[in-house]
Amino acid sequence: MKKYDCVEYDEDMELINSDIIDNVLFETENYNYEKYTKKDVEEALNSNNCSIENYKALLSPAAGDMLEEMAVKAKEEREKHFGNSVYLFTPLYISNYCENHCVYCGFNCMNQIKRAKLTFDEIEKEMAAIKETGLEEILILTGESHKLSDKEYIGEACKIASKYFKTIGLEVYPMNSNDYRYLRECGADYITVFQETYNSKRYKELHLKGHKRIFSYRFNTQERALLGGMRGVAFAALLGLDDFRKDAFATGFHAFLIQRKYPHAEISFSCPRLRPIINNEKINPKDVHERQLLQVMLAYRIFMPYAGITISTRERSGFRDNVLTLAATKISAGVSTGIGSHCNTTEDKGDDQFIIADDRNVQEVYNAVKGKGLQPVMNDYIYV
Amino acid sequence: MDIEDKLQIGKYKFNSRFILGSGKYSVDLIKAAVEYAGAEIITLALRRANTSDKDNITDFIPKNVVLLPNTSGARTAQEAVRIAHLAREIGCGDFIKIEIMKDSKYLLPDNYETIKATEILAKENFTVMPYMYPDLNVARDLVNAGAASVMPLAAPIGSNKGLCTKDFIQILIDEIEIPVIVDAGIGRPSQACEAMEMGAAAVMANTAIATAGNIIQMAGAFKKAIEAGREAYLAKPGRVLNNGASASSPLTGFVLD
Repeated sequence: MKKYDCVEYDEDMELINSDIIDNVLFETENYNYEKYTKKDVEEALNSNNCSIENYKALLSPAAGDMLEEMAVKAKEEREKHFGNSVYLFTPLYISNYCENHCVYCGFNCMNQIKRAKLTFDEIEKEMAAIKETGLEEILILTGESHKLSDKEYIGEACKIASKYFKTIGLEVYPMNSNDYRYLRECGADYITVFQETYNSKRYKELHLKGHKRIFSYRFNTQERALLGGMRGVAFAALLGLDDFRKDAFATGFHAFLIQRKYPHAEISFSCPRLRPIINNEKINPKDVHERQLLQVMLAYRIFMPYAGITISTRERSGFRDNVLTLAATKISAGVSTGIGSHCNTTEDKGDDQFIIADDRNVQEVYNAVKGKGLQPVMNDYIYV
Repeated sequence: MDIEDKLQIGKYKFNSRFILGSGKYSVDLIKAAVEYAGAEIITLALRRANTSDKDNITDFIPKNVVLLPNTSGARTAQEAVRIAHLAREIGCGDFIKIEIMKDSKYLLPDNYETIKATEILAKENFTVMPYMYPDLNVARDLVNAGAASVMPLAAPIGSNKGLCTKDFIQILIDEIEIPVIVDAGIGRPSQACEAMEMGAAAVMANTAIATAGNIIQMAGAFKKAIEAGREAYLAKPGRVLNNGASASSPLTGFVLD
């Protein structure tokens, strides 16, 4: 395997035999989206089986002018594979300690924010309060601190969660396959890891300190999680950190190759973006506005129609509700990104990672989903 | 039509030959869809049967229909068996539709694991209805394993493409003694009708109904098509000639002796 950063793997980092990284980075580097025309996009939309080349066309600027046509195709695929089901869940931040220095993140270790982690008793109270809202799926999140939120701490949180929820997702720091095996045994079902950007040079500029610097170890996380027995894996680039078209291409192609290699894996996408500064279009034409974000989500849906897509709470409610009818299949509700704020008796102990744009509670999101003619689904999973 | 023409699955008999899916559309439409479809069996992914008060799908299924829980989500025989046990424990009865998929993209059934699960569950007195890829050898193995029916796919699940595997399903119908129920891929009432004319014992549909403009109306259209197809099958369709018309006068009438 080639090295994509100057940093050697840390001693405790598992090295797996995989050529997916080489394949993804080669294709991404050579992806020239400017060459695709309206005709290529039309061909992609008329195809019954979206090829890699079709997918590249769908992410091109040419396709940006054909959002309506893309939406028609995406809606068709969404209905075929998911009917009108929309899966509801909520994230629970249990710790915001972090050892990484990512220049764009509010949790980064150089920031003087209020740090905290929940005790097991507090986790249980928070989860009981979330359960009361009717939700059956939870996503447990931590900052990336191996010391202050070690795998045993996360494992215990999973064990507590399995008393209350049918589906447990994890968004924590990348680990080795045997760690994932342990967390699976504790009740976890799927993991989400954001690659942030697939441009390894840009990645190095943005990640200055901590385990996260090691680009390729992070890249191979989904594969290690599947080797450890996780049922599903989620992929994301933080769109806007680098060229979003290339990053979106890489995210989809990465997921595609993982599904090829592990056909049983349940694949999903998250679609976070850095919001553009208002009136910045001339300075940065590659900013990700709602139109661009929608294009990416529609392209994911058409390229991998069977994959789940989660719509972020960083987006406004009007965007979230509408994109559910076209591309997204999963929506968070009753979200707080602080440490411990679901339950009245737990004090809000730590600062939030980011500001959310949709603060509706579970019932409000549920009603909005129904209002779109969609069926809210609290659970579609059995732990076996 | 013979009034005793019933669909027999294991020890159970049904008048309707339309098995309705319950996923992919709003739960508050299930009751009306069942009525318009005239369905007596409705499938339910056990993984959807949650414990929450919010839109629990089982609350929307009319009590007078037989619940056919499926094992979707299972990737091995062992997992399917565990889900079947859970279904029985929560009071879903002894019907079980085995669905074992190891592929998240096409959701094609794993025939090998399906045979193993069928054998285990049939011995435990489940009425086992395996979803399968139409392969005669596998169908025979499923019969030997104790299946109450076989449920071959017509096309990839959710595709609405119709009878892509027509010739292979016909072979199963011709060779297998237990009911052959066409499952997955049926997208139009006309395709359901064709399957019934071929001699399928019943048809199962979900996406075709869920993606229709009017779900209730489409459920009714399927009912009529399935009944028409069954009646045509019983009436024994006239032969189809491959090489043009058939002379009504004998061609060999000139022969004297």
